[in-house]
Amino acid sequence: MTELPKSTDRKLGLVIDLDTCVGCHACVISCKGWNTENYGAPLSDQEPYGADPSGTFLNRVHSYEVQPESGAAQLIHFPKSCLHCEDAPCVTVCPTGASYKRVEDGIVLVNESDCIGCGLCAWACPYGAREMDQAAKVMKKCTLCVDRIYNENLPEEDRVPACVRTCPAGARHFGDFADPESNVSRLSAERGGMALMPEQGTLPVNRYLPPRPKDRIGEEIDVLAPLLAPVAEEPTGFLAWLDRTLEKL
Amino acid sequence: MHPAPSVIAFTTLSSLGFGLLFWLGLGFPPVTGWVAFTFFVLAYLLAVGGLLASTFHLGHPERALKAFIQWRSSWLSREAWTSLAALLVMAAFGAGLVFAATALVPLGWLGAVLSIGTVLTTSMIYTQLRTVPRWHQLLTPVLFLSFALAGGSLLAGMVHLAPWLLAAAGIVQLAHWYLGDSALARSGTDLATATGLGAPGRIRAFEPPHTGPNYLTRELVFVIGRKHARKLRVIALVLLSVLPILLLLLPFHHVLAALAVLSHLAGAACSRWLFFAEAEHVVGLYYGKR
Ligand code: SF4
Ligand code: SF4
Ligand code: SF4
Repeated sequence: MTELPKSTDRKLGLVIDLDTCVGCHACVISCKGWNTENYGAPLSDQEPYGADPSGTFLNRVHSYEVQPESGAAQLIHFPKSCLHCEDAPCVTVCPTGASYKRVEDGIVLVNESDCIGCGLCAWACPYGAREMDQAAKVMKKCTLCVDRIYNENLPEEDRVPACVRTCPAGARHFGDFADPESNVSRLSAERGGMALMPEQGTLPVNRYLPPRPKDRIGEEIDVLAPLLAPVAEEPTGFLAWLDRTLEKL
Repeated sequence: MHPAPSVIAFTTLSSLGFGLLFWLGLGFPPVTGWVAFTFFVLAYLLAVGGLLASTFHLGHPERALKAFIQWRSSWLSREAWTSLAALLVMAAFGAGLVFAATALVPLGWLGAVLSIGTVLTTSMIYTQLRTVPRWHQLLTPVLFLSFALAGGSLLAGMVHLAPWLLAAAGIVQLAHWYLGDSALARSGTDLATATGLGAPGRIRAFEPPHTGPNYLTRELVFVIGRKHARKLRVIALVLLSVLPILLLLLPFHHVLAALAVLSHLAGAACSRWLFFAEAEHVVGLYYGKR
């Protein structure tokens, strides 16, 4: 059914912290690792060891440079996966009903056995969150690790998306945005969580936390600085003579 | 957007075919018997040939019938329904003309509406995409409809109406290019809204996620060949509109009419290539391209 649900019981999604992301791409690898051997068709690679390698990924990390009015430029790493939009254009364009948004938790999924591989949903997504697998010829996208988060065979601490579990910097957080008291709702409220391309009207669920301003060195001296002045002074008397003599040797 | 040859062939040919079916349904030209048979075969070859070409674009053509399911929300599904209905109704209407020399007028009108409706649903597949500002404008359906009407009238041999419709198609094409050129800027989507990083200063894409291309950059961020866009626009406009009009204004001859059709077809294909090649998808912003 590619009509969108009016509302969903829960709104599961991610908070991605652009302040702490170190750009290590660990989430890219763990996402590919988990999803290539679980839900749906594997995430294939073409010419992985050849001259022109490429492949299917559900999560990719871009890097941007922001140049403030003054001071040094700042490098910001920018992980991007499906934002599980509330008004998801990728769902309504699908002619077969293969793309759908779940009523119970808001996760946007593709039923691969119904997908005819027309690619229209990838055209409709403004974020580039959908990729057609070149081997299986079906549409692949982030599943919010639906096969982990409810998986009772996994230890409790592993029942979060692979990318969240893996991130060494703790830059990815998973939770329910429908609950104002959840970890992700509070994080987003406290840190000014941003929606990407709000003018596209997709109402993304995922939120991005803006990078904090960086320290500036050399602009103002701390009031305690004088106390930190070097204590070693130029030697006088005998020590000064010794110093000079040794210097000449 | 990547100008896939199958999609260009599909939209160009089927637009001509359904345009011809539209005029045939309205009784232009008023043909029966073998002449009608020839006209209908031509229209069906173009329309069905186009539809077949479009299935080559699918990853799983064997599941194509599933595309009929979601007509309530999906324009692609609506296109499947209207094209099927148009082809069936016009087949019945054509059979009346060919075998019984009778025009079942209401059936013809219904078929005409469905035929032009097919072109409209095709155009809406592109128009609905807010992600491609150049396509997301009122003139996109107007462009598709004007091409189908003009090309169809040319094939139907309507030498008096065709020049006017060809001129109209040319003007709509110019306006579509003009408004399309500023569509991305007017859409309000840029790298700052895409990343939310607009405030602290000037932002630029520093590094793509991977050193190589991927499905998205190949399919949605097609930037090759845009440098010839200006020249191609002139060629497209001359071939699709100006030259056919001049050929029709000369004293009528079948060779000239055939040349007008071929010229229009080549021009329409060229215009359709530009329609894709010049269309910027907003995801290109994330990759520092457009
Ligand atoms: S991010 Fe893209 S694929 Fe995911 S729900 Fe939104 S529009 Fe659909
Ligand atoms: S590619 Fe598959 S999921 Fe996407 S719109 Fe086409 S049929 Fe639906
Ligand atoms: S939630 Fe799962 S599928 Fe989505 S980006 Fe993270 S690891 Fe990949």
